Amino acid sequence: MTIEQRVTGFIRENFLFSDQATPLSPADSLMEAGLIDSTGVLELVAYLEQEFGIAMADADIVPANLDTIAGISAYVSRKQSAAKAA
Amino acid sequence: MCGIAGYLGDVRSEAEGRAVLGAMIGAIRHRGPDGTGIVAEEGIGLAHARLSIIDLAAGAQPMASADGRLEITFNGEIFNYVELRAELLARGHRFRTHSDTEVILNLYAEMGPACVERLNGDFTFAIWDRPARTLFIARDRMGVRPLFHTTRNGVLYFGSEVKALLAVPGVSAELDPIALDQIFTFWFPLAPRTAFKDVLELPPGHTLTATADGRVAIRRYWALDYPDAADADGLDQRPDAAIADDVRALLEDAARIRLRADVPVGSYLSGGLDSSLITAIARREVSDRLRTFSVGFESAEYDEAEQQMAMVQALGTEHSSILCTTADIGRVMPDVIRATERPILRTSPAPLFRLSGLVRDSGFKVVLTGEGADEVFAGYDIFKEAKVRRFAARNPASTWRPLLLQRLYPYLPRLQNQPQAFLQSFFGRPEDAADPLFSHLPRFRTTAGAKLFYAAETRRQLAGYSAMDELRSLLPERFARWHPLSQAQYLEAGHLLPGYILSSQGDRVAMAHAVEGRFPFLDHRVVEFASRIPPRLKLRSLREKHILREAAAPLLPKTIANRVKQPYRAPEVAPFVGAGAPAYVADRLAPGAIAASGLFDPVAVGRLAAKVSRNGEVGFKDNMAFLGVLTTELWLDAFAPARSSAPPRSVAAA
Repeated sequence: MTIEQRVTGFIRENFLFSDQATPLSPADSLMEAGLIDSTGVLELVAYLEQEFGIAMADADIVPANLDTIAGISAYVSRKQSAAKAA
Repeated sequence: MCGIAGYLGDVRSEAEGRAVLGAMIGAIRHRGPDGTGIVAEEGIGLAHARLSIIDLAAGAQPMASADGRLEITFNGEIFNYVELRAELLARGHRFRTHSDTEVILNLYAEMGPACVERLNGDFTFAIWDRPARTLFIARDRMGVRPLFHTTRNGVLYFGSEVKALLAVPGVSAELDPIALDQIFTFWFPLAPRTAFKDVLELPPGHTLTATADGRVAIRRYWALDYPDAADADGLDQRPDAAIADDVRALLEDAARIRLRADVPVGSYLSGGLDSSLITAIARREVSDRLRTFSVGFESAEYDEAEQQMAMVQALGTEHSSILCTTADIGRVMPDVIRATERPILRTSPAPLFRLSGLVRDSGFKVVLTGEGADEVFAGYDIFKEAKVRRFAARNPASTWRPLLLQRLYPYLPRLQNQPQAFLQSFFGRPEDAADPLFSHLPRFRTTAGAKLFYAAETRRQLAGYSAMDELRSLLPERFARWHPLSQAQYLEAGHLLPGYILSSQGDRVAMAHAVEGRFPFLDHRVVEFASRIPPRLKLRSLREKHILREAAAPLLPKTIANRVKQPYRAPEVAPFVGAGAPAYVADRLAPGAIAASGLFDPVAVGRLAAKVSRNGEVGFKDNMAFLGVLTTELWLDAFAPARSSAPPRSVAAA
């Protein structure tokens, strides 16, 4: 599974809950869709750190990295390649 | 305080009328276990379940006027009945009792429906005017006492709780999907709508007049109002100290007349400013040692025992406390839902249900409470939150303004770790600033997360409906001209207060144990006076209830008067998950049960249940959704068992 598929699965399971109807595209804002509330961000960060073995600095916890599935996927792959390069 | 019920219309025979009234009043007997009374005649019936508080010997109801023209059934108290009675006597009226009930009768005889404007009290009553063949029903200004009604086969039925109406043959409970959607947005249905299809609530500050020929007129006689923000003359411009003195004097009088009873009156004492102030005033007014009551929690996160004991010591009251354990909340929730008669999204009614049980077991029927101060004097965090959000929204580029949001909720540890950029986007969207619901948007949006769990059929029924649009359409025309704080206060005091605080968390859970709450902060003189206090004196910078603290200072220890508000909270999902969870939770949330009742998506509910079991008390959104789904299923069990998938109740073997 790609990063995007795994992240999408997590978000469906934990924030959207339902498989029915509701479309979820990689560019949708999770905040605007009401899927992530103020504590949801912390759940998301905990998941990404555990699932992908990355550590998120406070400065990285910003909407640009976390508000869309596309943004999350791009961020995770950047972090992973940086870790490999190091 | 009591329960009332009745009907207007043709029920075939007097005997049948008496039978219906007996069933109706029997269904709400918990409100008035001290006696029942029924009056049935052609086309009209009134019933009463009595909790004796004033004129114990002669106050039985329904009560007729001396000339027999009027007949009344009355739930509640008229606190200024002593003064009204003296006025009426001076004008030549005669009295046979010392009850407040007879004061209403004489006042109505003199003034007709306008009599409500003279009443300072928490009431609903129904008066049958025999010569005019007219039924007049009135409800208090703030909505302390309830009144529900429905019409079946041309007969108007009314009662203090919906249970009374469900006792009428042919009336059955069906969940109104629009009401569900409103509850899943605001925590309550928008009056006059109730959770029950075709059952209406008489809104606070309204009267209902019905004639024997079937005409019904509902009128508003009082409304919450605030001065226009631009109208400096509308505000009280006197020095702060003069305003604070008046607040204190008004509250002293409001509490004093609320101690009127022929039974002892106790006081709730949470340890916060509001109940401490009321208790401090009451203690000076009563000759015996004042009895106080509080509820405690196992976890220090919710418990306020330390502050309570500090006040008990400072005031020298005789105090009783009941521990509400996490397990207690789970255990009593089905009873709580039978009492609230609607799904709830917070557990906060459950500890108050336990507390009223303690009061009753202690031999008390009446308690003063500090409820209402946060609405009237701007104590809730939501007011501060809205102020900071507006402040941040005025300069979206500022990086430090949103940091203030973090300071709003010091008691929510998880929020302290929130990344600033997310806080900002959660609490503020540029387009929100023009929304009349601005102050409440984060709460409503978080609550609305519960709608993710609707079944496809529920979604279909609600297609095109927006609860927030309906609330916007109900706002008074002058709303737009009010100060932002007044707007937020209106949403709390005009909607949440009667819709949730005074009902699900107030009358219904207190009366389940035949306990009457009295609310000095909701005396309409206090409410009207406070509406003219400049907003800057209520919320001064981010100091909530500033002017009330100034008013209270001479009466309270400094530590209490200056204490930052600790919201009343209780464990939300912990009572329903883990090894100690009540058995009904797994039964009600099983995929087959959810599918059978048909309102929610079984797969989504299963994932939510798994998530809260795994994570415990995580976030408001998940907590509220979980409780909303669970208590909706409990509501079906209690009121519409045919719809619910609960195993049929076993009939006790003879």
